[in-house]
Amino acid sequence: MAAQNLKHALFCAVITLIISYPILGFNLEAEGINIILNGAETSTIVMVFLAAVVVFLFQLFRENIMATLKSIPTPLPQANKEPMAENKRARIESWVLTAIVVLALFWPFFVSRGSVDLATLVLIYIMLALGLNVVVGLAGLLDLGYVAFYAVGAYTFALLSEYFGISFWMSLPLGALLAALFGLVLGFPVLRLRGDYLAIVTLGFGEIIRILLNNWTSLTGGPNGIGGIPEPTLFGMEFGRRVKEEGNTSFHETFGIAYSGEDKVIFLYLISLVLAVFTALVIRRFMRMPVGRAWEALREDEIAARSLGLNRTAVKLTAFTIGAFFAGFAGTVFASKQGFISPESFVFLESAIILAIVVLGGMGSQLGVILAAIAVTILPELAREFSEYRMLIFGAAMVLMMVWRPQGLMPMRRIHIELKKQE
Amino acid sequence: MLVLEDVHTHYGKIEALHGVSVEVKKGEIVSLIGANGAGKTTLLMTVCGHPQASSGRVILNDRDITRKPTAQIMRSGIAIVPEGRRVFSGLTVEENLHMGGFFNTKAEIRKSQDHVYELFPRLKEREHQRAGTMSGGEQQMLAIGRALMSRPNMIILDEPSLGLAPLVIKQIFEIIGHLREEGITVFLVEQNAHQALNLADRGYVLETGRIRLHDTGKNLLANPDVQNAYLGG
Repeated sequence: MAAQNLKHALFCAVITLIISYPILGFNLEAEGINIILNGAETSTIVMVFLAAVVVFLFQLFRENIMATLKSIPTPLPQANKEPMAENKRARIESWVLTAIVVLALFWPFFVSRGSVDLATLVLIYIMLALGLNVVVGLAGLLDLGYVAFYAVGAYTFALLSEYFGISFWMSLPLGALLAALFGLVLGFPVLRLRGDYLAIVTLGFGEIIRILLNNWTSLTGGPNGIGGIPEPTLFGMEFGRRVKEEGNTSFHETFGIAYSGEDKVIFLYLISLVLAVFTALVIRRFMRMPVGRAWEALREDEIAARSLGLNRTAVKLTAFTIGAFFAGFAGTVFASKQGFISPESFVFLESAIILAIVVLGGMGSQLGVILAAIAVTILPELAREFSEYRMLIFGAAMVLMMVWRPQGLMPMRRIHIELKKQE
Repeated sequence: MLVLEDVHTHYGKIEALHGVSVEVKKGEIVSLIGANGAGKTTLLMTVCGHPQASSGRVILNDRDITRKPTAQIMRSGIAIVPEGRRVFSGLTVEENLHMGGFFNTKAEIRKSQDHVYELFPRLKEREHQRAGTMSGGEQQMLAIGRALMSRPNMIILDEPSLGLAPLVIKQIFEIIGHLREEGITVFLVEQNAHQALNLADRGYVLETGRIRLHDTGKNLLANPDVQNAYLGG
């Protein structure tokens, strides 16, 4: 046993050296037109060897270390306890949520413009994650091309405003509906596939949309993207310094206050907040409706669900379409926030991040998904000082998370309605 | 009530049922027995339209359902308790039952739910428990209860005794007998030939995709061939 451990540990240490020494141990420097290979500073090389030693020691005593880690209590011990009484829990949860929303309403007036901007992004991700949560968490359909519907929403708004001058408020439902239509059309042939096959097809679909946007230069501007997307207006009041469109008034003049660039950012934040709350409420409603239970039943046991007369395709399609609808929603807000969109924003990594949010939050759990969306969006920003290592930290956080809480931040609990007993 | 006329069923190119004819009359308990791989489950699945019969006819309540989609068949007064129970393990007992009455109104659901709890008081005790945490017998009760939620006039049971303790099996069979008294037609598919034939009005013996024997339950029990092959001599 010990000998085997030693061999394994030595092997790991050598691998560490082989991987890290060439990367960190040499520097390429330009001298005139030549590139010269220099050895790195002694301190770096010492660090590399030190890392190898750490890996060696860890692998050697891995069992002991893991046993110690196991004995550390889980960060949220109540996860293993019996759940609270259902109605009490629901009451607490709704109080907490209301408090958070009220706080979120006033919060932007006291913080910097940068944080409000970031918070808007968080809200967009919350919408996306809540939508994907229906597809992946509730219906159990692994969708790796979710970003395609996000792109459909964003481009719908961008194109409508560019070619027809249609405003944000008109585009919002149109973008969402068009995304839902795409979901329906894609879902129809695809949803008879299961598991891995479905994942691959949706992955392909996501790429098709992106490549289409990239190459249809005459319509979408290709890689150059579309700029000049208008910001939302408030009852015909614009937030710019000068009014761009005839018939509109400007916000600061109407209310007789000094122009401030921050108004616009805060307004967009508030819109996102309202839409995110709307998304959460609508999906919550769906979850409590029979169709929500049908999603779960189909995920749990397809044969049993069919034996009860459920139409498999119809049930899956509703989940897919509703998910796509809210992605379109988020896309419209995103386009308006950025003012410029290009296919760059809708790469596979986006799909992966949204999926990661759903998995980290605990599949099917709304509160969990919201918390995870906040964490996943803010963490890379907080880790900005670590510059190139920030994705590394992000990855490490995810791995740790999956080791300690594989069921997600807040695993889904059963919600159920009690039928009133007849007197 | 349920009639299969010369039904052939294929899995791809392989024929699993070679012209099976079975009739279940209203108010009867009919048992279908047979060894592993005889095609019992295939026969049931053919009734449900998954897979559909490649030739022959399946008639339910005088309506030809051979080519109907599964979802439609399952909503026309017939309910199946699938093999291996297949309860929704993450859902509570109550939610499982509600899934069974998915296409009924709330008032109907409430009524059938009370009825199921009357049949299985144990389920009432476990109302808010997740189905996956219950014992095999309780899950089987739940599966039967879930099938009853749609108020079917015919119920098909696929191996309800599978993997259960003898005492629980006895309980389950008592319930099946009780269902007949309520006017529900029962089509029972079993490997547990003794219990199934004892309870049945009539029985069929299925062997490698063909009906070998067809008689009343009592006669089949007394039949030396059946005794040799299925009752351990």
